[in-house]
Amino acid sequence: MTRRQKLTTYAVVVPFAIFLAFPFYFALVTMFKTNLDLANVENSPYVYNDLEGNFHWDFWNYATFEHVTFLFEETNYPRWLLNTAVVGLAVVAITLALAMPAGYALARLAGGWGQGAGVAIFLVYLIPPTLLFLPLSRLITQLDLKDSLWSLILIYPSFTVPFATWLLMGFFKTIPQELEDAALIDGASRLRAFAVIVLPISLPGILTVVIFAFSLCVNEFIYAFTFISSSEQRTISAGIPNDLIRGDVFFWQSLISATLIPAIPLALLYNAFLDRFIKGFTGGAFR
Amino acid sequence: MEAHAARAGSRERRWRHVLESRRVLAVLLIAPAVVFMALVVGVPFAWAIYLSFTDAIGGSLTGSWVGLDNFTNAWEDDNFRRAVRNTLIFTLGSQVIVLVGAAVLSNFLVRDFRGKWIVRFLVVLPWAAPVVLSTIAWLWLLDSLYSVTNWTLARLHLDNGLVWLLGAVNLEEDAQVPLQWLGRPNLALLALTIVHAWRILPFAVVIFIAGRASIPNEVEDASKIDGATGVKKLWYVDIPLQLPIALVAVLFGIVFTAVDFAVVYILTRGGPFNSTQVLPTWAYFIGIDGGSLGEGAAISLFLFPLLMVVTVAMLFFARRAQVS
Repeated sequence: MTRRQKLTTYAVVVPFAIFLAFPFYFALVTMFKTNLDLANVENSPYVYNDLEGNFHWDFWNYATFEHVTFLFEETNYPRWLLNTAVVGLAVVAITLALAMPAGYALARLAGGWGQGAGVAIFLVYLIPPTLLFLPLSRLITQLDLKDSLWSLILIYPSFTVPFATWLLMGFFKTIPQELEDAALIDGASRLRAFAVIVLPISLPGILTVVIFAFSLCVNEFIYAFTFISSSEQRTISAGIPNDLIRGDVFFWQSLISATLIPAIPLALLYNAFLDRFIKGFTGGAFR
Repeated sequence: MEAHAARAGSRERRWRHVLESRRVLAVLLIAPAVVFMALVVGVPFAWAIYLSFTDAIGGSLTGSWVGLDNFTNAWEDDNFRRAVRNTLIFTLGSQVIVLVGAAVLSNFLVRDFRGKWIVRFLVVLPWAAPVVLSTIAWLWLLDSLYSVTNWTLARLHLDNGLVWLLGAVNLEEDAQVPLQWLGRPNLALLALTIVHAWRILPFAVVIFIAGRASIPNEVEDASKIDGATGVKKLWYVDIPLQLPIALVAVLFGIVFTAVDFAVVYILTRGGPFNSTQVLPTWAYFIGIDGGSLGEGAAISLFLFPLLMVVTVAMLFFARRAQVS
């Protein structure tokens, strides 16, 4: 690249990156702001300020940890994190149990109709919760699952299974058929060939599905919001906006800490598996 | 003892034989997933359709048949029409921004430059962070009194100019400093559109880059030999090749935006004065808060034709992408 090309690249890419990442930077600053600093509307919101509104390079002396501590000690937040993890892991387990066999069968055994059936299953992913939540919320009440994490564990696979089946189908397709054929000739059964040959090679793909299915569960809002109404049983996506925003009084620092703390590890995981995800996601559509 | 073992053995072999048949095994492996989806997606979906023709109210799962009343009642409500309009505004408005932004950004992100990984990390953040959580960050960003947005505009002395501009283009007649981004009908529409575009853009960028990578290098070489450069190459080579993939990304974006509940609910709850309701939030307010289950179901079903059209289009373009 020439020098000019390099400069234009930065000139385009950097503003976009700033626009897209800015809310996170701002959240990070807000997390540790003192009440006096936050409440003074003259103070710069970009940095930490002293009582006169001036910035100092040893800015950590003008920040505080108390709002994060408050969040963990005085609210249900730790409980929500735990609930979210429990729901996420249970849903991921159910998802894998249903989607791995289905994905494998569609990729390998179904032959001609495999691709069509895969697309049909993927379309189920596009029937959104917003069409289903009204009858489901009634159904959950009738089943006596209201206010129970089981309601979410039961319903979340409705969107993770089609999503995961589609991804796994893409991943299984990329494994050379010859490897399995060799095992079959050696006398292994199909299921054994799947367990011994295909699964270990697909581990990165399966891990990708785990991450993205888990993140779909953390993302979900409308079910978490309508099925669960007691604060202790909430997951973070419903607990934070409902229970930490109290009337018109905002505890901004605690609220923002609550959003940023789970977002950071999720974002890192997302990034680590992004390339693989895209390969699987688009694998069925464009090859 | 021995006979027993032999019998067990032969039974096992028979089973094995059945399991080795591709067709049987395929059906056995796919069935659990399909049955599960039929139960948790198919049944509630059918139920939603049934409910939409009844006068069911909160607390019950049935009601008496009222024909198309729910649909006509919904349609005659001004709030409903506004919800339809807003759903279209958010969806189309944000996707226009996404399409342009993703086309430009992906073009530069495929290049090699120093610090690329950090740029990519920052660009992907809005998509990677759970939507409810990042929406709360936007709530803070757009707060009228403490918001960084208004503080910055004021420091750059752009706030009064912006107020004048909003009046000049007839978007907000009597807006005042500090701007109430979420407290004025049209300004809130604008803010919500931007938040939607912000969260979908990374997804589109990533898909665009993947689509670019799927174009064989020979095409690039051939177009170079044929002397296609600049605008000509863009028009005759790059755009036709990338169009199907770009459309698939946009259609996904349309689905994600049109069915969204969290962004609107958290930022405005449909307000001020129901001016930013969308179909999913309006269905929630009527169906759950208002207790009119049947009408709520009818409202949410209005989304279905839109989703159908988008899905068919998506399959069509995905196939074209496959061919090229």
